[in-house]
Amino acid sequence: MSINEEKVSQIAYLARLQLTKKELEINTNEINNILHLVGQLQEIEAKGVEPMAHPLHMSQRLRDDEIKEIDDSKNLQSIAPKIGNSHYLVPTVID
Amino acid sequence: MHTKTLTQLSNGLAKKEFSSTEITKHFINRIKSSKLNSFITITEDIALEQAKNADNRIANNKQEALTGIPYAHKDIFCTKGVKTSAGSKMLDNFISPYDATVSHKLNTAGTVMLGKSNMDEFAMGSSNENSYYGSVKNPWNLNKIPGGSSGGSAAAVAARLSPFATGTDTGGSIRQPSSLCGITGIKPTYGRVSRYGMIAYASSLDQAGPMTQNAEDAALVLNVMAGFDKKDSTSADKDVEDYTEKLEESINGLKIGLPKEFFSEGLDDDVAKNILRAIKEFESMGASVKEISLPNSSYAIPTYYIVAPCECSSNLSRMDGVRYGYRCDNPKNLEDLYLRSRSEGFGEEVKRRIMIGAYALSAGYYDAYYLKAQKVRHLISDDFKKAFKDVDVVMGPVSPTTAFDLGSVKDPVSMYLADIYTLSANLAGLPGMSIPAGLSKNLPVGLQLIGNYWSESKLLNIAHMFQQQTDWHKKTPQEY
Repeated sequence: MSINEEKVSQIAYLARLQLTKKELEINTNEINNILHLVGQLQEIEAKGVEPMAHPLHMSQRLRDDEIKEIDDSKNLQSIAPKIGNSHYLVPTVID
Repeated sequence: MHTKTLTQLSNGLAKKEFSSTEITKHFINRIKSSKLNSFITITEDIALEQAKNADNRIANNKQEALTGIPYAHKDIFCTKGVKTSAGSKMLDNFISPYDATVSHKLNTAGTVMLGKSNMDEFAMGSSNENSYYGSVKNPWNLNKIPGGSSGGSAAAVAARLSPFATGTDTGGSIRQPSSLCGITGIKPTYGRVSRYGMIAYASSLDQAGPMTQNAEDAALVLNVMAGFDKKDSTSADKDVEDYTEKLEESINGLKIGLPKEFFSEGLDDDVAKNILRAIKEFESMGASVKEISLPNSSYAIPTYYIVAPCECSSNLSRMDGVRYGYRCDNPKNLEDLYLRSRSEGFGEEVKRRIMIGAYALSAGYYDAYYLKAQKVRHLISDDFKKAFKDVDVVMGPVSPTTAFDLGSVKDPVSMYLADIYTLSANLAGLPGMSIPAGLSKNLPVGLQLIGNYWSESKLLNIAHMFQQQTDWHKKTPQEY
């Protein structure tokens, strides 16, 4: 399976990445090489094999619905690029 | 001073032969005069403060095994009030507001953090050349890579700039640099060490562990690092053994499995010779050797390079320039903020893996890539299950070659092939270890030990007994 520059642009946008023309060219080539490598998986017959999502086959632990952590928002927001009135600020989305 | 093991340092501290402050200053000076670029941040003030506290604890006889002992902390572990960059421009301004569980445990034990060690960006790399802060140099030869992603930690311990270091291993990132720098490193069973506050690369594979001079030291550090943590939903609720307890057990009758797939095409002849000599050493100690097969191990590379990028594309979506980390200048709108912050903040390899992951998870491709990889992952894991019915431990090389030249491997696929022997243990979630087992053209060769689930104690015992018979772990690069 190989993909072209248009498809790579589309994936980059899905991942919210922007590539220059040169980067697009290099990445298309390298991503195709990687897809060729991972394409080896298609050689294996794995019908009926359970997919392995967790190495120890553990299921998600549930905890009691209790508040245990203190409100640490001031500390956490102290490293934000931009805050105002305890909100994270981003460029205007709706006028 | 700097060649002392952790036990020797601990005894010296207890007998007041030297103080923690003295050894801390000694190691800080060594780091400052080194040319290895193994640290991103040197935390001298914190170290001296922690050393002072440790000296007080020791004076009051309230010390634990590692109290007062300095270490290098991989820059992937969050450290409150200290920059935690994960080797990325994206987090160059990230002063962590909280401690990782591993950081907290090391603090509680009274250890002294010398600094944050260099690494491949977000732990993606096998050579440490993907760090925003520049490559780390291998202390055995400054033109060579130290391995990755925990390259800074490995170089620092190898050059005796730090008595021990922390590392993380997603596809070999503790074992491979340990091998290439000639130190001892152990990746425990998945879930043994808490991942809370350890910046996530691939959540179902990531696992932290110690990087040390020898197996006894690794046992002492793992005693501190390991344990169940409610804050990590993937942490295993299982008691921790005292890993030093069984170090001296005889390994007479040990059954070693050598996977024929680990000794085939691509393995450097001289590396193979060193590994086989080490296996002979085990035979002389009463172990028996059997050839085994891990028939699906050749699919570890394609499986890993689907699973890990998929998980990283999800994990790194949090780096969006909104709540912390890098934000681009003058964003035009929200989309521009996301696009430019991420494109300017991430390095090339990280972007590439995010794109591979985004592609493999996208509609229409999920079954062919991600689901298929998860199935093959099961087959790889089953191969080990079968093997451990017959043998106690699997052994082989860590890396197909010794350390290669800085800048010599340019294309990503060739770099990925260097991980061939280490990936399977991560995919299966098994513990793995690298111990020094020889030198090839004056560069270290590491022997890999892979054990069954929760067999850390056994692996450390096997490694320790080997280190009682050999002195490869005592060899240091000439300059150091």
